[in-house]
Amino acid sequence: MADLSSEFVGIKSPNPFWLASAPPTDKEYNVRRAFEAGWGGVVWKTLGEDGPPIVNVNGPRYGAIHGADRRLLGLNNIELITDRPLETNLEEISRVKSDFPDRAVVVSLMVPCEEAAWKAILPRVAETGADGIELNFGCPHGMAERGMGSAVGQVPEYIEMVTRWCKENYDRPVIVKLTPNITDIRRPAMAARNGGADAVSLINTLNSITSVNLDSFAPEPTIDGKGSHGGYCGPAVKPIALSMVSEIARNPQTANLPISGIGGVTTWRDAAEFLALGAGNVQVCTAAMTYGFKVVQELISGLSQWMDEKGHSSVGGLVGRAVANCSDWQHLNLNYVTKARIDQDACIKCGRCYAACEDTSHQAITMSQDRVFEVQDDECVACNMCINTCPVEGCMSMEQLAPGTVDKRTGMRVSAEYGNWTTHPNNPSVQAAE
Amino acid sequence: MPNSPFTPGIAAGRLSEAELAGNFTDLHSPLDAHQATVAADRCYFCFNAPCVTACPTSIDIPLFIRQIATGTARAAARTIFDQNILGGMCARVCPTETLCEEVCVRQTAEGQPVEIGRLQRFATDLGMANGHPFDQAPATGKHVAIVGAGPAGLACAHRLAMRGHEVTVFDAHDKPGGLNEFGIASYKSVGGFAQAEIAWLLGIGGVNLRQGQALGHDVTLAALQADHDAVFLGMGLAGVNALRADGADRENVLDAVGFISELRQAEDISSLAVGRNVVVIGGGMTAVDAAVQSRLLGAENVTMVYRRGRDRMAASRFEQDLAASRGVRIVTDAQPVAVHGNGAVREVEFGYTRTGADGLEGTGETFRLAADQVFLAIGQRLEGAPDALALQDGKIRVDENGATSVVGVWAGGDCADGGDDLTVTAVAEGRDAAEAIHRALG
Repeated sequence: MADLSSEFVGIKSPNPFWLASAPPTDKEYNVRRAFEAGWGGVVWKTLGEDGPPIVNVNGPRYGAIHGADRRLLGLNNIELITDRPLETNLEEISRVKSDFPDRAVVVSLMVPCEEAAWKAILPRVAETGADGIELNFGCPHGMAERGMGSAVGQVPEYIEMVTRWCKENYDRPVIVKLTPNITDIRRPAMAARNGGADAVSLINTLNSITSVNLDSFAPEPTIDGKGSHGGYCGPAVKPIALSMVSEIARNPQTANLPISGIGGVTTWRDAAEFLALGAGNVQVCTAAMTYGFKVVQELISGLSQWMDEKGHSSVGGLVGRAVANCSDWQHLNLNYVTKARIDQDACIKCGRCYAACEDTSHQAITMSQDRVFEVQDDECVACNMCINTCPVEGCMSMEQLAPGTVDKRTGMRVSAEYGNWTTHPNNPSVQAAE
Repeated sequence: MPNSPFTPGIAAGRLSEAELAGNFTDLHSPLDAHQATVAADRCYFCFNAPCVTACPTSIDIPLFIRQIATGTARAAARTIFDQNILGGMCARVCPTETLCEEVCVRQTAEGQPVEIGRLQRFATDLGMANGHPFDQAPATGKHVAIVGAGPAGLACAHRLAMRGHEVTVFDAHDKPGGLNEFGIASYKSVGGFAQAEIAWLLGIGGVNLRQGQALGHDVTLAALQADHDAVFLGMGLAGVNALRADGADRENVLDAVGFISELRQAEDISSLAVGRNVVVIGGGMTAVDAAVQSRLLGAENVTMVYRRGRDRMAASRFEQDLAASRGVRIVTDAQPVAVHGNGAVREVEFGYTRTGADGLEGTGETFRLAADQVFLAIGQRLEGAPDALALQDGKIRVDENGATSVVGVWAGGDCADGGDDLTVTAVAEGRDAAEAIHRALG
């Protein structure tokens, strides 16, 4: 049986599945239910400075993108940080941590960019016995307008400064949560490291408008005829999150900076992918909000089964396994030649591969009178679009041409040698060097 | 309730009014908006979709389903009506299980096709509630006569009116619709749908209906030709094949077609009499409709007897299963040899059959079925076709455009040779003949 126990920047939890700082972790009631369901840890919903509580909109605060059968693919929110009194949250955090000592309890924080504000709140969080803090430099809506959240996360100098304040005034791990609403995720990650962060967590939500109401011509969710951009999350953002996690993991200057992976983790497979790309654990929100806390049972059993089947004994051993295979385009092997293949027994003859190839790609699939679809190797560039449109899993695949065989499209023999763009004769810079 | 399924002989009111009402509701309940969205989501939007190829009217099924999925059911209805103006009726009566849904790739993938028929009904119901979607072209001054206000005639009339021609439809019955009105099982077209659909179809304008005008009696082909620029014949098959067996003329040996029509036209189903023991002879949809409805009226024992094997039955597997699920016993490989009784039928004697060197032959073994009523569903034939027309296999010979051997006369639907005897095929033939007539009238 695979060992799912996790240790992330010294914080132990029975599994690598934490609930992200978000509505599901706003109060004791929810967090207790989450721990009872099996979640390894939580990042408590962001606390603000003491004083009058935050005010939320009283109209709808979420918007969604649906796939077939209203499967929720993307979720957007304009909810702010906790709208409950600071003292209430701190008391509840203490109680929950005391009752669940084996679970990770990290507290998310967002106070104004003034050292005094951070110095005021950090000791009070420390008193709760929480395992660490996460600095919310990510929320793109509402709080950013007040100079917090992503307004900080978009300025590396601020990240470094606030991180340093926290490290100087708090003795447990400091995780910096990054916003993806920037052009190069490595810059804020480096700033966090320079400020002494123990880890980064990413991604926070993306600026988004999920839809426009075509009767009122207002963005959804609409508040009295107006809407504002919100933070986008859920399965749809996973590819963006994976890429950003990998960028930090493979950047030499941040390669050893622990990462808590966030963004569209919905199944055990998503979680395993984040781990492979360098995340030490994962945080989940949308999946829990869509299906309830019980989804963690599938995350646990799925990861466990897969690890057993593949002989992976520990979560730590998975972390970063795919990082070395994340490359730049220019280093991809141009002598690796594949062709699309169709399993005629599995084919249901829908013709989607044909439409995709014929209308939008390379005219490399033919269709007979009786709807037999065949790949023409002399036209196939192996673009993969046919496979991506095929509704039958496993019906289509890519087959590598063995070195020495002739690629009918180019008339060239497939070389066994590795050869990339940097040495390709068509590369102008190669010619210039000659 | 004075009578029950066990009341001997032929009797009305074998079931309570509530039971009868329940039995004769929609065979396929309409989809609500949520169900339609879920069902539409399953369509793969296939390239040159097999379902379109399988549809005799070539409705662009993937397009209309995508239009439903994206919340534009009226556009979906328009897509359907562009090809098939009787798409509402076809959604109810088409044997989709042997047409579009049989070839659906999700039938191949999961043994469960996209519910094309029910989705078509969803779209057409909504579309028809929004009024008539087409306009007449400017008047051409041409006038076309149509014989028969069934699916072929109505489809032809509508398309001709769209093209700007004036149309007069001559129909033998007291109300229009043909088989849509008189020939379809009641539970497939409830709530007076056939007449409502015709009223909606006539919203195009330019179509005059004249009822009680039978060809050969009230009007002649020659007169129609003289008074009009073109003639389309779509009068269906008025003749019913006779049973060739001893005693076939005994009382209560009836045409299934007449029984189905009587049921459809009945104001009060509980007043319809049905036998305790009913025997239906035939293996097509008409046989199934008669047998199932006999059971639904409360007959205790209903047996459908077909002279060949089950695989040769014209009724689809779905129809056969429907019959079985309603308690109809299906006997195959047996043909009637005699009808016994004293005045009225009491028993039908059948002989088992097999396929020999010269075709179907009796095995010599016989059996008898008790019968208070016998319904014959052994085929219909063309009756009263004008002598001038050349025939082919007992039907009016037509070319691929529906043109008959007589210049200026077109034909389509069941009375014309070629194509299956289906509502949807009749619609396609009527529509295509209209386009051919339009081209000819240039």
